[in-house]
Amino acid sequence: MTTPTATTGLIFNEPLLWEKSKPGRCGLSIPTSDVPSSPLDSALTTNGPDLPQLSEVDVTRHFTRLSQWNFGVDSGMYPLGSCTMKYNPKTNEVQAARPGFTTAHPMAGEQVSQGAMELMYNLEQDLAEITGMDAVTLQPAAGAHGELTGMLVIHAYHAKNGKQRSKIIIPDTAHGTNPASASLCGYESINIKSGENGILTPEAVAEVMDEDTAGIMITNPNTLGLFEENIKEIADIVHAKGGLVYGDGANMNAIMGIVQPGKIGIDVIHLNLHKTFSTPHGGGGPGSGPIGVVEKLAPFLPSPRISKTDKGYSWQFDCPDTIGRMLTFHGHFGVLVRAYAYIRTMGKGLKTASQLAVLNANYIKAKLKDTLALAYDRPCMHECVFSDKNQQPHHVTTLDMAKRLMDYGFHPPTVYFPLVVHGAIMIEPTETESKETIDEFIQAFKDIAKEAEETPELLQTAPNLPKVKRMDEVAAARKPCLCG
Amino acid sequence: MKEINELNLPDDIKYTDDHEWVKKDGEILTIGITDYAQDQLGEIVFVEVPEAGDSFDQGDEFGTVESVKAVSEMYMPIAGEVVEVNEALEDGPELVNTSCYDQGWIMKIKPQNPSDFEALLDKAAYLDTLRG
Repeated sequence: MTTPTATTGLIFNEPLLWEKSKPGRCGLSIPTSDVPSSPLDSALTTNGPDLPQLSEVDVTRHFTRLSQWNFGVDSGMYPLGSCTMKYNPKTNEVQAARPGFTTAHPMAGEQVSQGAMELMYNLEQDLAEITGMDAVTLQPAAGAHGELTGMLVIHAYHAKNGKQRSKIIIPDTAHGTNPASASLCGYESINIKSGENGILTPEAVAEVMDEDTAGIMITNPNTLGLFEENIKEIADIVHAKGGLVYGDGANMNAIMGIVQPGKIGIDVIHLNLHKTFSTPHGGGGPGSGPIGVVEKLAPFLPSPRISKTDKGYSWQFDCPDTIGRMLTFHGHFGVLVRAYAYIRTMGKGLKTASQLAVLNANYIKAKLKDTLALAYDRPCMHECVFSDKNQQPHHVTTLDMAKRLMDYGFHPPTVYFPLVVHGAIMIEPTETESKETIDEFIQAFKDIAKEAEETPELLQTAPNLPKVKRMDEVAAARKPCLCG
Repeated sequence: MKEINELNLPDDIKYTDDHEWVKKDGEILTIGITDYAQDQLGEIVFVEVPEAGDSFDQGDEFGTVESVKAVSEMYMPIAGEVVEVNEALEDGPELVNTSCYDQGWIMKIKPQNPSDFEALLDKAAYLDTLRG
């Protein structure tokens, strides 16, 4: 057996910045004012913000120390199913740091923003090609915001047609945010069950689809990591009753360059640039959730829309059917630059990325299926779903195994999701892990399964190596401490 | 987690296949979630209950139970009007874990049609659903 990669090292306890604060300490010196002071009307002023007072070295050490407690894609494999935690190439950062982008201002005029606008226009075109859609907006701030934008477009479409509808169909293998997005548009979610093999059947859709149903929200590949093979037939059923098909593109990493959602009956799709297109994902983002739509829905997209003319790029505000702005200015521009850099550097390699993502997941599925119980024994897409069924006799749960994985130097996979699988363990290796790393991960899980039989207490108290040991999730939820 | 033979399933109450239990007390029915449900959910951190006066049809979602693992819906065993909810759960959601049939009850209802109660599952039938 090889030496485990995870070990311990010198890391530091670190207080909150407010606890380190000393009155008068400051990170920079401001020159003495050489103009007479002029007091502001006291009605216009308040006390200054309550910020900690610190020197530069205090702040640098604070965040460096916190980063040493952390685990990210730059430290190791992060197989978080449904989240596509792929490696973020550093060239993305180089491009986003170019002064022309970092010093651009969204309120600068069109004539001095042509470069930024060209990038946005080209990114829209690229995303339209990848998804097979006719028009794209880059405004939405992240995936769920993209869902909301897409659902507002669907809502506006039905309103424009003169008859609003009241319901939306959502299968049990959809993302959990889907019903929330639909509810915000006033639609009632009609939940339907996937078939025995984890795939939605046309019959289940036909049974509930009627002319009061706005459409269906379908995640493809679905949250079981399976491709919805009946998607075309399902789309036909929905379209025949005047409904629209919303595609949740969070799992697009499985099908780039292979399937164009716009060609299989999807009318609206959102993409997560922070998943599929390698922009930073952890640490709270920001994300970016562009949506693509078919031609008949383009008039409803958020405004302003960007257009290309002989004279360059311009903002189009004359969009009478638009749902309006979804975000101030033009989306998370810095994230857009990183995604564009990724798409241009990958080129046709995007298809290879998807193929390898699928291959890696199937490799893990095949190698671990005798160790962990497989939820659905059929070819998967970019992620595979196991459960803790085999470990139950030893009173070891999914949570215990996930925690123990940290001691082996891997970030835990997604657990207890999707809900349709009891005790789910959802592994998404992505294309960026080498065979050697994936083999180490597989071996770690096999070792953990052995420990579950022989020394279950080792798992029940895990993790042991990280600075922060097993968290008391129950106390955190029952008695949250919300003060800063 | 408990094996099926370790579950506490009283004989004098009825069950649903969504894992609620129903106890009859005159014309009022008390509703909660079963030992199986609380055991599967794990430590419960929040219970969302309806308000007295709310009415629900059979099968309607009337509230949710949240554990550190997941949020689960509770479904109305039979149609009726809520007459009382267990206020103690607001500060003590763990009562559902420690005393699911007694202090951890969820709500009391006045059924629309009292005879619906008889159609609910008895202990043996509920056990059959658990064994699949």
